[in-house]
Amino acid sequence: MARQEKKKDVVVIGLGWTGSILGIELAREGLEVLALERGPDRDTVPDFQYPKVIDELRFGIRYGFMQKPRNSTLTIRRSLDETALPYRVLGSFLPGDGVGGAGVHWNGQTWRPQAVEYRLRSYVEETFGKDIIPEDMNLQDWGVTAEELEPHLTRFEYLLGISGKAGNLNGSIVEGGNPFEAPRSKDYPLPPLAQTWDSVLFTDAARSMGYHPFPRPAANASAAYVNEYGMQLGPCNYCGFCERFGCLNYSKASPQTCVIDALKREPTFEYRVNSEVLRIEKAADGKTATGVTYFDEAAKEEVFQPADLVIVCAYSLHNVHLLLLSQIGAPYDPATGEGVVGRNYAYQVNGGTSLFFKDKIFNPFVGTGSSGVTIDDFSISQIDFGREGFIGGSYITAGHSGGRPIQQMSLPPGTASWGAEWKAAVGEWYGHGMSIGSHGSNMAYRDTCLDLDPTYKDRHGRPLMRMTFDWKPNDIRMNQFMGKMIDPIAKSLNPDILSSSYKKDGAKYDVRPYQTTHNVGGAVMGVDRKTSVVNRYLQSWDIHNVFVMGASAFPQNIQYNPTGAVGGLAYWAVEALRGDYLKNPRPLM
Amino acid sequence: MLTFLRVIGWIALLAVVAVLAIAFVPHRRTPPQAEAAAGAEAAKPLYAAQLADCAACHTAEGGVPFAGGRPIESPFGAIYSPNITPDPETGIGGITLDQFRAVLYDGIGRDGRNLYPAMPYDNYRKLSEADVEALYAFVTKELAPVRNEPRKTELAFPFDQRWGIRAWKIAGLPEAGFVPRFGDPVLDRGAYIVEGPGHCGACHSPRNEIFAQSGYSSEDDAFLTGGEIAGWRAPALRGDGSPIAGWSAEDLDLFLATGRNAHAGVGGEMRLAIEHSLQYLTDDDRHAVVAYLKKIGPQGAAPAAPAGPPAARPDAFGGEGATETERLLASADPGMPLGARLFLDNCAACHFVDGQGADEIFPALDGNQTVTAPGATGLVTTILRGAALPSTGIRPMALRMPDFGGRLSDAEVAELATFVRGAWHNRAEPVSEERVRDLRAEIKAQATD
Repeated sequence: MARQEKKKDVVVIGLGWTGSILGIELAREGLEVLALERGPDRDTVPDFQYPKVIDELRFGIRYGFMQKPRNSTLTIRRSLDETALPYRVLGSFLPGDGVGGAGVHWNGQTWRPQAVEYRLRSYVEETFGKDIIPEDMNLQDWGVTAEELEPHLTRFEYLLGISGKAGNLNGSIVEGGNPFEAPRSKDYPLPPLAQTWDSVLFTDAARSMGYHPFPRPAANASAAYVNEYGMQLGPCNYCGFCERFGCLNYSKASPQTCVIDALKREPTFEYRVNSEVLRIEKAADGKTATGVTYFDEAAKEEVFQPADLVIVCAYSLHNVHLLLLSQIGAPYDPATGEGVVGRNYAYQVNGGTSLFFKDKIFNPFVGTGSSGVTIDDFSISQIDFGREGFIGGSYITAGHSGGRPIQQMSLPPGTASWGAEWKAAVGEWYGHGMSIGSHGSNMAYRDTCLDLDPTYKDRHGRPLMRMTFDWKPNDIRMNQFMGKMIDPIAKSLNPDILSSSYKKDGAKYDVRPYQTTHNVGGAVMGVDRKTSVVNRYLQSWDIHNVFVMGASAFPQNIQYNPTGAVGGLAYWAVEALRGDYLKNPRPLM
Repeated sequence: MLTFLRVIGWIALLAVVAVLAIAFVPHRRTPPQAEAAAGAEAAKPLYAAQLADCAACHTAEGGVPFAGGRPIESPFGAIYSPNITPDPETGIGGITLDQFRAVLYDGIGRDGRNLYPAMPYDNYRKLSEADVEALYAFVTKELAPVRNEPRKTELAFPFDQRWGIRAWKIAGLPEAGFVPRFGDPVLDRGAYIVEGPGHCGACHSPRNEIFAQSGYSSEDDAFLTGGEIAGWRAPALRGDGSPIAGWSAEDLDLFLATGRNAHAGVGGEMRLAIEHSLQYLTDDDRHAVVAYLKKIGPQGAAPAAPAGPPAARPDAFGGEGATETERLLASADPGMPLGARLFLDNCAACHFVDGQGADEIFPALDGNQTVTAPGATGLVTTILRGAALPSTGIRPMALRMPDFGGRLSDAEVAELATFVRGAWHNRAEPVSEERVRDLRAEIKAQATD
């Protein structure tokens, strides 16, 4: 028999970026808000405090801030006829855990999708014709436009104090920014970060080839900053410990640095840690949710928490898992194409070229998660899909995030990976390398999806979620195209050694090496309930008092890091909740 | 000889009579005082308590607000604050307005005992009757009774002789009541808050031979010219040596509201004043305090805060115009002295090699009086124990500097502190390893108290 807690107006599941934003915005409406976080509490001091957070073995290799697979994982297979097996050792992607979620250990790259990415199906059909869309590709529009999201994206960037340079201010192209971005109403709140030498070399090479290099938009503050909640960032010192680490310096935007202390002051807000939500409970008529049941780790018991409104703010994969477990929305069946929950899972398609120079030293230990320079000349809006034979695009970028001794000891191909030879190579090459990478979109297909695993269960006895995913020819072609575009830029820098890594024909998804924690889709947004789980306000089509935040709403993956869009969508949903739903709770579409 | 003995005898008798009079003749209690600054509205009860910062002293670390038990450090020992919730047995339940006023104005407890001047009744004597009544309403009506018997104050002889406090009062207490004197309602309101309920002089004025505040209003030259509290320097708020002389009115205003600005982050006991009192001041009251402090300091108009978007930190240090210290640190020469190296390895990430820190978040160390104060208590304590800014309404971040006590030895802390005290434009005397050892022991004792 579950314990029952006093009813709240709102339950927020997960206290990361979206949970903290929805938490503070709804608490400021006077609502009693409870956030349930499955992991522990975390704060800059003591959890990210200098010097103990600068421990690559503990946090980089042993994943101190990530979810433990023994507590939470999923099964993975590459096609519908394989048997999925549990993801027992983290590799390909690293969901976060604890207060702040993945917002603690991210790098800080904060992008906006291009205008065409929100309406990709319409754009492709209008520009290149329907026929170029592969038969098994579930290409979709988001149901929201760049213009609609613009103020919310701006608000999120000002929340995080993004360092960058506008390229398109209200339609005017600004020299030195990204000329291919959607128009923005304001410049970034902070000037760009300083650039390391590899970025400078890339900038010069790209510019001389007629491309348009610009600084990456970074959530690593270039100067002291105060945001709308009065929360503060200090200038980044380029220590090189962003990704996989909490920021010791109050410099990287995170829920901790940007929201949480302000949120804690809200008298109607409460949060409970070590409280994993097991399912969202539905009313007898199946039309609304009545609250959630969570597992109280301290008491070792299930707790029913009644609430009028449930905001799902967990990691994108867990959002989908919770909806499947709670039977909110029809589960997707890849055999028939019916159902929506778990449909359109997508990832990201990246590649890179490494350059080694005997006579150049890049001081790689000076770095931040997002300093660097990018060109968008081969972005989604700039490619003739008809001519090139694929749908998608990438940004191409250089710049390093650090020179850590274990994971950032990049050596030329063919070097021994251990022993005396490796040591000699480290002595010879450490600091002599740079890379140019491509970070690209990934389309969703009929058989890239998420459902409940028939075999494996978690520690609460719930079926694990099963991921079915593999690379597809369209995306492999896109990735190979980027390699061809990067090659001449790299060669123009005259490296002594050059090595490229792009997907080969027939490449299969390998879950072992780290690739990216940009898992998207599965609880897709849209205007057609047959192909989406939530409407354009991120409200469940079926249970109107359930809203689902996060990248699970992306119908296919954009070419950028997703956090900017996730934050913009959160404020967009806040506006719909505050301006409309709370006054008259009902399906908004 | 006889005459001489007789004189001695008379003197002795007089002394005995005086002592007996001091000890036993009933106090005359100060009557209600007139309205403070013209036009000031009667404060709401909670606001009156915030203005007088009752919570800071009457709340123990981690304890129930106003239930007492916080040790107030004095040179004579710790004085434990009483429970001022209306609990009839352990608090002040049943106190009358006259009794309450006598506490605030005359330092006379309900039982007639003389109260130690850790309770700043010497400042509270300036409270208007309206504020006394508001405070009375707060402690009798708005606070819920909390049963909590705080630890008894046990000072060593002769400081345990409470009749001695009466003698002290005769010598030390200023006139009761506040008299507006600026002919300007804003300045008079500021003066009232600073000199009266805000009791700023309790820490920021020097103490005289009998440990009374040197002056109770800006008419006294020594008023607010710097004091000491729990070993920390409470900086001068007036005069050329005052750190706030170089602050703009906006800087000072932000500091009072948040404990942080472009120059400094609050430390020591002032943290409690910001946390429990100053952050709650209305904008008008805070502006009045700033106007008054700016008026009584001879520093004149300070530069306004720079406007416009924030500028990025320079990406190169140690260039043209850099101090010698900055150049040394920017050289990153492994052979640099230990203190400098410790600074690079532990402090430079936030405070930067130019010692300037960053606006509102990382305090500047160059010219910082906590760094250069005689005795270095504040600096060494901050290095050993770390520091935290209070969460406030407009700057909610409870910003923390981590502790370095577990990472650095006494000798290393001494090297580091000595370096910082002589770095950039700082010129303060070195800190010895023994001093660090003593402070570490004190911190440990406080933690286990």
